[in-house]
Amino acid sequence: MTGGQALGILALGAYAPQRVMRNEEFEAYLDTSDEWIVTRTGIRERRIAAEDEYTSDLAFKAVEDLLKRHPGALEGVDGVIVATNTPDALFPDTAALVQARFGIQGFAYDLLAGCPGWLYALAQAHAMVAAGLARKVLVVGAEALSKILDWNDRATAVLFGDAGGAAVVGRVREGFGFRSFVLGADGTGAKELYHACVAPRLPDGTSMRNRLHMNGREVFKFAVRVMNTATLEAIEKAGLTPEDIKVFVPHQANLRIIDAARERLGLPWERVVVNVDRYGNTSTASIPLALKEAVDAGRIQEGDHVLLVSFGAGLTWAAAVLTWGGA
Amino acid sequence: MTEQEIFEKVKAVIADKLSVEPEKITLEARFIEDLGADSLDTVELIMGLEDEFGLEISDEDAEKIRTVKDAVAYIQSKLG
Repeated sequence: MTGGQALGILALGAYAPQRVMRNEEFEAYLDTSDEWIVTRTGIRERRIAAEDEYTSDLAFKAVEDLLKRHPGALEGVDGVIVATNTPDALFPDTAALVQARFGIQGFAYDLLAGCPGWLYALAQAHAMVAAGLARKVLVVGAEALSKILDWNDRATAVLFGDAGGAAVVGRVREGFGFRSFVLGADGTGAKELYHACVAPRLPDGTSMRNRLHMNGREVFKFAVRVMNTATLEAIEKAGLTPEDIKVFVPHQANLRIIDAARERLGLPWERVVVNVDRYGNTSTASIPLALKEAVDAGRIQEGDHVLLVSFGAGLTWAAAVLTWGGA
Repeated sequence: MTEQEIFEKVKAVIADKLSVEPEKITLEARFIEDLGADSLDTVELIMGLEDEFGLEISDEDAEKIRTVKDAVAYIQSKLG
């Protein structure tokens, strides 16, 4: 981006809990079916955290994976941001728990912005390093969504899963790294997707329960539209055209939303990373988890232009374009 | 726009969103029962019509659009 200082992703890691929950398990107690779920969402199974496994644990495992893949990657890290919608506690922030676990010297705070939280956090990390506030920033996205689902609501229970992802943002060689960020929000859609915390209601009087609630129809419409506008804006800001995008890593919420975005960008499936079938929607962990899988599969090569996009509660959205590699 | 022109455009949107043969798309055809649409298909269909005709179709109105004829009549009334 501007400033003559190239900043990108230096290291990446992710983790998903061991326990696999297949669609068939829902058939046993809900009026739903594997066929219904697969047709409408593309999801076949998801991972569920153990009873005593929470967001901080998933964040730790993601950072451990990052360290295993990139030993020494935390050297020079001056702060931690954890993007999450399911923090262990209101306070302390989950990032402080990560900071302590890995002995990082520096700041630590959580960022709550729905599913795009990890992309918001990447943008903040980028801005902080560019402003000289940190040399490197550890950016984690972790969610224990299974802890807050209404397991008797067939419209939402089947959609989500648990996971964690982590990246270190810092200087890369010229010609690599982030080329654009697009961040947005439309709080008039707050009532479409919520989970109560301190207040039992929204400012407009909408009462909120202590379980995840989603108006699927409205969020679907919003997602299809915003995936299109946000990606085109990010590509344009990056000085590129859709054909330049080698790898598209969309938020893994619903295969049909991904397909609509893919089609509108005119990208073939070979360029789109999909793992929603195996993990469901893991919110802030979704993109780092998919990104890591794509890197491991050799689908992302040094110099490839990669497009990331997400949408979620708020309503919020975010997109980014980066040129992979240069570490 | 005449009713026939609207019908032709609606037909094209339906054929694209529901992946059905244009011949099957008669005015009497029902989206769910005859054209095999599921709940998300109908959302995509409504969005496709909104884009095609530059309209905003409220959820309440969308619920009432069950056949091709309903869609054509609704759009005609909105376009005036």
